[in-house]
Amino acid sequence: MKASPFAYFAPGSLQEALDLLGSLDNAKILAGGQSLMAMLNLRYAMPDQLIDINGISDLAGISDLGARLSIGAMTRQRVLERDTILLQKAPIFREALLQVGHIQTRNRGTIGGSLCHLDPAAELPALAMLYDATLIARSANGERALPMAEFPAFYMTPALEPDEVLTRIEFDPWPQDSHFAFVEFSRRHGDFAIVAAGCLFTVASSGTIERAAIVLGGVGAAPMRLTEAENSLIGQVPGKEAFDSAARAAQSIEAMEDSVYSAQYRCHLSEVMTRRALIKAWDRQQERAA
Amino acid sequence: MDPRYIGQSVRRQEDDSLLRGMGKFVDDLAPHGLTHAAFLRSPVAHGRIRTIDTTFASEVPGVIAVLTLADLRPVLTSDRLPVQFKSDGLPPNIGPYILAKEEVVYVGETVALVIAESRAIAEDAVALIDLDIEELDPVTGCHQAVQPGAPKAALDRDSNIFAQFEMGYGEVDQSFATAAHTVSLSLVQHRGGAHPIEGRGVLAHPDSLSGQMTVWSSTQQAHEARGFLIELLGLDETLLRVRTPEVGGGFGAKYLLYPEEVSVTAASLLLGRPIKWIEDRREHFLAAIQERDQFWDVEAACDASGKLIGIRGTMIHDGGAYVPQGVNLAYNAATAVPGPYDLPNYKLSVQAVATNKVPTIPVRGAGYPEGTFVMERVLDGLADAAGLDRIEIRRRNLIPASAMPFSTPLKSRSGSGITYDSGDFHAMYEQALKEIDLGGFADRKAQAAKAGRLRGIGVACGIKGTGRGPYESATVRIGKSGKVTVFTGAMPMGQGLKTALSQITAESLGVDPGDITVVCGDTNTISLGLGGFASRQTVVAGSSVTVAAKAVREQALTIAAGLFEADVGDIELVDGMARVKGTEIQASLKELAKIAGGSPGYSLPTGVTPGLEATEYFMPSGLTYGMGVHAVELEVDAETGAVTLQRYVVVNDCGRAINPKIVVGQIHGGVVHAIGNALFEFMGYDEQAQPTTTTLADYLMPTAPEIPRIDVHLAEYPSPLNPLGVKGVGEAGCLPTAGAIVSAIENALGSKNQLIQRIPVMPQDLFQFIQQGKQTDAA
Amino acid sequence: MTNSAETLHTVTLTVNDVPHEARCVARQNLADFLRHDLQLTGTHVGCEHGVCGACTVLVDGLAVRGCLMLAVQAKGRSITTIEGLTQPDQQLGILQEAFAQHHALQCGFCTPGILMTLVEVLQDDPDPSEMALREALSGNLCRCTGYQNIIDAALAAAAALRKNQK
Repeated sequence: MKASPFAYFAPGSLQEALDLLGSLDNAKILAGGQSLMAMLNLRYAMPDQLIDINGISDLAGISDLGARLSIGAMTRQRVLERDTILLQKAPIFREALLQVGHIQTRNRGTIGGSLCHLDPAAELPALAMLYDATLIARSANGERALPMAEFPAFYMTPALEPDEVLTRIEFDPWPQDSHFAFVEFSRRHGDFAIVAAGCLFTVASSGTIERAAIVLGGVGAAPMRLTEAENSLIGQVPGKEAFDSAARAAQSIEAMEDSVYSAQYRCHLSEVMTRRALIKAWDRQQERAA
Repeated sequence: MDPRYIGQSVRRQEDDSLLRGMGKFVDDLAPHGLTHAAFLRSPVAHGRIRTIDTTFASEVPGVIAVLTLADLRPVLTSDRLPVQFKSDGLPPNIGPYILAKEEVVYVGETVALVIAESRAIAEDAVALIDLDIEELDPVTGCHQAVQPGAPKAALDRDSNIFAQFEMGYGEVDQSFATAAHTVSLSLVQHRGGAHPIEGRGVLAHPDSLSGQMTVWSSTQQAHEARGFLIELLGLDETLLRVRTPEVGGGFGAKYLLYPEEVSVTAASLLLGRPIKWIEDRREHFLAAIQERDQFWDVEAACDASGKLIGIRGTMIHDGGAYVPQGVNLAYNAATAVPGPYDLPNYKLSVQAVATNKVPTIPVRGAGYPEGTFVMERVLDGLADAAGLDRIEIRRRNLIPASAMPFSTPLKSRSGSGITYDSGDFHAMYEQALKEIDLGGFADRKAQAAKAGRLRGIGVACGIKGTGRGPYESATVRIGKSGKVTVFTGAMPMGQGLKTALSQITAESLGVDPGDITVVCGDTNTISLGLGGFASRQTVVAGSSVTVAAKAVREQALTIAAGLFEADVGDIELVDGMARVKGTEIQASLKELAKIAGGSPGYSLPTGVTPGLEATEYFMPSGLTYGMGVHAVELEVDAETGAVTLQRYVVVNDCGRAINPKIVVGQIHGGVVHAIGNALFEFMGYDEQAQPTTTTLADYLMPTAPEIPRIDVHLAEYPSPLNPLGVKGVGEAGCLPTAGAIVSAIENALGSKNQLIQRIPVMPQDLFQFIQQGKQTDAA
Repeated sequence: MTNSAETLHTVTLTVNDVPHEARCVARQNLADFLRHDLQLTGTHVGCEHGVCGACTVLVDGLAVRGCLMLAVQAKGRSITTIEGLTQPDQQLGILQEAFAQHHALQCGFCTPGILMTLVEVLQDDPDPSEMALREALSGNLCRCTGYQNIIDAALAAAAALRKNQK
């Protein structure tokens, strides 16, 4: 199928884009296009106007602000995957990104596009949730910061106003010696996960877990944090017992079902993938030490 | 003399242009004045059309015409397509409409078409056609179809049953009385679609100079398509030519003339303009044939030693909304059950029924994978019941080499007997076990277990009837240019057929295969042809080519003998020359062709007949059967239900291999298609028979990371049924795959008394199955 | 060919080192533009929803799905298609030659996308493992070959390219 007709705008600046967005009816922002273009071609999305923000160069790039990292919304996934700052300060990005689609889609796909498309199983929204990232949106009226927890309004819909553009994402990287893993259960390499789990934790000099974050993707309408499991890890010695116990918290989550996978199966997978993420994170440390 | 070209993995002549991006597929053709078609398709599975209002659609700038069945009627001889295979005993009103008349019977059925300056504009207009439909109850599954009081899939039919028949032989019910062990199975088999990466496509191109309509189609059957097109359009062979450009895969979906090809050609006749329609992927999901569902309820019995006594049961086959081709798919599946095993008694009652889904005809494998899966499940079930090793029970039931040729009491759908013509099944079986290193499996399983992984092994066998007749055409010609050209009705869609036929020709004519042109799928170049189906083309077309090439060789030798005043026996054809052996007395094929072409008013030399050319229609006396053994090792993740294939071995009998590399490639492709059927591919429909998997993101075809290395070993047991000794391999790889994989999964799990009875095996289902197994084991 | 109501955009770009200028509607995707407006039909279209990978081309050296990018977005870009892989002397390039040697194509419809993906993959990692190649090609569907010969051809091409570098 071919896309239905639309008027095309390629603003050179964010201001220009915001002006267009504020003035055009039934307009849609075109970021990397790796979801939107398919939806256009299938005529699932039929905007009258398309505002292409690929030409706005200051929307792309990764900035190290010391304690905080800032990633422009139009930064390509393939750039993130290979970025040395990210690799050093948040290596989980690379681990997760290698599971995002395929080389060809990552070469075009952007972090902002993925966040705004907000597929429940997508890796980048899960990472944003894992890091309690802040999402910065701009409209003609100014800038607004949204915590990731408040970004999903409902299924595949971000809490952005029609005149707002997501411009960047900011988060505090965890300490260098944090443990991390991002694991997925999917049918084929590169498919959206049926369930994905990401984790970060730090271990104090006493040998017990000091801080932990766990996120699940593909389970709810938006990525969800496993707060109960995170809390249960604090003060525990990392290892099978602590991980098993934390993962069990996933049994009580409310998982969604679709035409293929039941809620019960997703719930079970959540436990399995949470445990595997924690084990992988910890084993990697052991391997590095060895 | 040892063959010089046959048996060599010569470079494919197809590759060069394809690798440069210069191969021409149907969508690459763009004649002057080209217009584009898009179809309005039924949005519902079953409904009665109240009105089709094309007013708004017609007004879209760039739209040339919006056409319904009524608009096409002036150039049509019928509203419906015929059943395209011989179809004695089928009920009336089962052929598809060219465009819907009053009723629609599946989602995706063609209702109207728009011709426009671009495909995009045509689609814009399709969206503006106002289609008013009264929805009717759909038949959503084949069990529902045969229930009393079920809705009818089409209102003009008396019943939802297209066909029912009994298949079998022996005294099944009596034989069960002597059984030591029995097993009962309710097998649900799903095979999805064909999904060549190039969809279907057609370009109807009226030529005002010749007055001939040329229909370029991405089809597996140029001549069959022409035959039905001229019938439906009231034309004759001089007025309509079908040509095939490069075809981007077929796998069964293109062995059919579809409503789209007829309606686009009819529209082109009406409008006098070239029109192209290219099937998009969504349309392939909605409107290209599938294989879909079969439900088998069977019982099987064996004696105390594990020897098969009998199989009996029923099978119900989802035929979809129309019968465009016949009920050959259900028939093949039923005849495939005995496979390479000695089954003394067999009885199967088969029903092919209508549902409100896209019609089913054979996809690569054509019912054989389903029949094979049944037998392999039966053997696993009986082995478990008898406490026998699963590998051993197969050994005990394979037909011994001493019994070859082995006739089963069954008849193939052509009516001829089913006789396995050659092969040593036991030797192939043992070879497969050796190649997968059965002896080392226990160690590998133990190693995996240490890492918490469940490793299993499975072995399965299948046998495919190949080389279907009644004939295929071939003309071999040496033109006055000296160029050797082969014309055939056979139709390649990726197999490398042109290369294989050039090798066969080269063998007789002493010309480099790369210098031979092979013309396929052009109805102006040869009068008859049946095309690409049933793993037949190297067998049947190859045989025609070899007979024709030998005849041309004799002609060339006769002319050369006269020219050189030498004995025919002293002349050889090498490097494009006829030469007196051991001398420098020679003439080129070009010179010989000129002599054979004659000179106006002068006699041909004595003994010389006009032209260096021969045409042959080889008619095989029966199918030739190639056996395959598949052995697979895999690991099951018991926590998730995921299956990871680790090792895959195939031993397959291809008769004499013309080009071993091509043969192995065919088997790779077949195996992977069937891995898709076993583990990934599922065409979903909801309770209103709306398709739910209409993108390649939802319908999961295997990709490279899921596939292990496939270690193929060719067994070459020549077939006595054709002059080359070849057997077909196009579908061979599809047969035992699912049986081997499912058996290996159970072997990995180690649970007793459970048999997986549904494919594809989805992780969620396998996880549940594992949980149930744990409960059973605990109890 | 266009709906007269639709605006035509001028696209100037380089394809296989040859400058082109053409006018197309905004909704025209890059794959269709290359095929139908520039008559470079070597790039194929298999699904139009970004899954099959047949339409993969290089945009400024990076493999992208031609169906998931608008032609107007290619303005000023340098595109490489399968037609650009053949050497100036008309010989097949190393990768193409490896595909012929290893019988890595059957119908050849998916082949352009696979070749173009591999161009980037082998530039990125001159010595990839078999599994790395399988993963790198996970976005390219092939129904004919079962992938094995494609992987073998890619491994052979990688080795030949490394040898050439020395």
